[in-house]
Amino acid sequence: MQSFVMALRSIGANKMRAILTMLGIIIGVMALVVLVSLVSGATDSVTGAVSDLGTSLVTVTVSDDKGKPIHLSDLDEWMAQEPDIGLISARTSATVVGKRGADYDSVTVYGTTPSYYEIQGLQLSLGRWLKSSDQKNAAYVCVLNEAAADELIGYTDCVGQTITLNGVQFTVVGVLEENEDSLTSMMTSGMLMAYIPYSSLIRLTDSVSSDVTTFYISAAEGSTVDAAADAMDRILNERFDEDDDAYDVDASNMLEEAMNTVTSTLSILLGGIAGISLVVGGIGIMNIMMVTVTERTREIGIRKAIGASRGNILTQFLMEAVVLCMMGCGLGIFLSWAILQVVSTVTVSAGITFSLNMGVVGLAVAFCFLIGVVFGLYPANKAAKMKPIDALHYGG
Amino acid sequence: MIQLKDICKYYQVGDDRVRALDHANLHIYPQEFVSIIGPSGSGKSTMMNIIGCLDIADAGEYLLDGLPIESYSENQLAKIRNQKIGFVFQQYNLIPKLTAEENVELPLIYQKVPKKERMERVKEALNKVNMYPRAKHLPTELSGGQQQRVSIARAIVTRPKLILADEPTGALDSKTSKEIIDIFHDLHAQGNTIVLITHDNNIAKQAQRSIHILDGQISEVTL
Repeated sequence: MQSFVMALRSIGANKMRAILTMLGIIIGVMALVVLVSLVSGATDSVTGAVSDLGTSLVTVTVSDDKGKPIHLSDLDEWMAQEPDIGLISARTSATVVGKRGADYDSVTVYGTTPSYYEIQGLQLSLGRWLKSSDQKNAAYVCVLNEAAADELIGYTDCVGQTITLNGVQFTVVGVLEENEDSLTSMMTSGMLMAYIPYSSLIRLTDSVSSDVTTFYISAAEGSTVDAAADAMDRILNERFDEDDDAYDVDASNMLEEAMNTVTSTLSILLGGIAGISLVVGGIGIMNIMMVTVTERTREIGIRKAIGASRGNILTQFLMEAVVLCMMGCGLGIFLSWAILQVVSTVTVSAGITFSLNMGVVGLAVAFCFLIGVVFGLYPANKAAKMKPIDALHYGG
Repeated sequence: MIQLKDICKYYQVGDDRVRALDHANLHIYPQEFVSIIGPSGSGKSTMMNIIGCLDIADAGEYLLDGLPIESYSENQLAKIRNQKIGFVFQQYNLIPKLTAEENVELPLIYQKVPKKERMERVKEALNKVNMYPRAKHLPTELSGGQQQRVSIARAIVTRPKLILADEPTGALDSKTSKEIIDIFHDLHAQGNTIVLITHDNNIAKQAQRSIHILDGQISEVTL
């Protein structure tokens, strides 16, 4: 307590220097708090929009069917019975050789069901999607993505043309629109993809059987994704003898997850840069503390002569460095708050408001304290180690 | 009170080893007023540093109030200085940012004396040197004589066994010097042990006993 008062006084004795020294910390704290608060504020408002937009679906994977494999007919049954479940669609995939004229290309073929189109929110640019009659007849029809249409046929307007997959002729019934903004299309850009009926894929390759291992569920209208996932979980739990490891029901929103990954990476990146400027500010504090210690060598000598122990001197100068840091931190947080208020008044018309992110405020306070201690320790120790006679006779 | 036995202290100056103190022996008894006199370079500052526990002798034995000073650590010495010795320096050595009162309070803070008692003892010490009315002044607002009085107050506030004054009148005019010496006489009359270091014969004569030091050798002169 006494050393805290002492620290305040000696900082107060040289206000201009104190403010200049604190500037590094103030700017560092402001950078940290403002940037991270902006990112998290923007994330909060954007995430809301994204989860509305994004395909909120449940992905189910079965790893051990316990001799009771799921068939397409089971899916239809659940779709009809469960009030919380909207649509269910199975999907499996295989890589096959696509041929057009003399060219061969590797094509990813998805065997799926008609409801896949709606569940995944796909868009056609031409033609039609797979129908339940295609499914029933295991018809050799396919829907291509634009890349596949370009590569295998040579142009996009190709409805009615045929392609050869693993030596079997398929009629193109539709072409999917390339949605460049969608996450899936970003990840699959350039891949040649064809969608065919599930039953057709079973016939086309040996690697796919009629046992469904992956399927997607969407929530019924008026229900939620979580309720649909719960319903699915209940059904599978019963079917697989209450073995939770046999299957996985994943209700997470891929887009939202990806978005969170991006923003948290952004936060860490910006926070890291701001953290560097805080460290630089800390070096400024250390520098000025070194000067202070030299300037006050005589004072240190006097204090030691009249009975200050090493610990007393160390505490005094360490306290000064920490107080300096914390004052800078406080000012920085206050200024950050002011900046965020100003920014909010501008962006409030766009429906985005920013407030101090308390997590990062806490982080800034802890980090400033740490910097004060770390960068104050060396000068304080230098002061504490001075010999009383040397210090007393310094400069006269 | 103070017992120096064969104290030696050397300094390395370039290639030469200078003997600042050469087998110095000294006894000072409780409640004595002793002056140590010698020209500059005679080793009296070294003597003062050793008596004041600011420095440790290279050889010999020093007993302060029965404590073998050589065997203590730096922090223990700080405590001994704090509790047993009151320093009065030629340059006053007050901390410029602190008021007279706070300067006097400082040794008590290091002793962890509670606030209330501190204030009482500071008041008492400042009253003894007639400086209480100036308690709230900064050292720069005081004259040399007044600063020296404050520094005497700081020396006596801990009620030390020994008051060690290094040229306390060295920077003062003769009239102020006399006032300061009078304070030392008062303190002596009140039962304090005082060691006064000076190069001025007139000041040295004020003491009961005067010890001469020349080239690190001690000889006693009783006045």
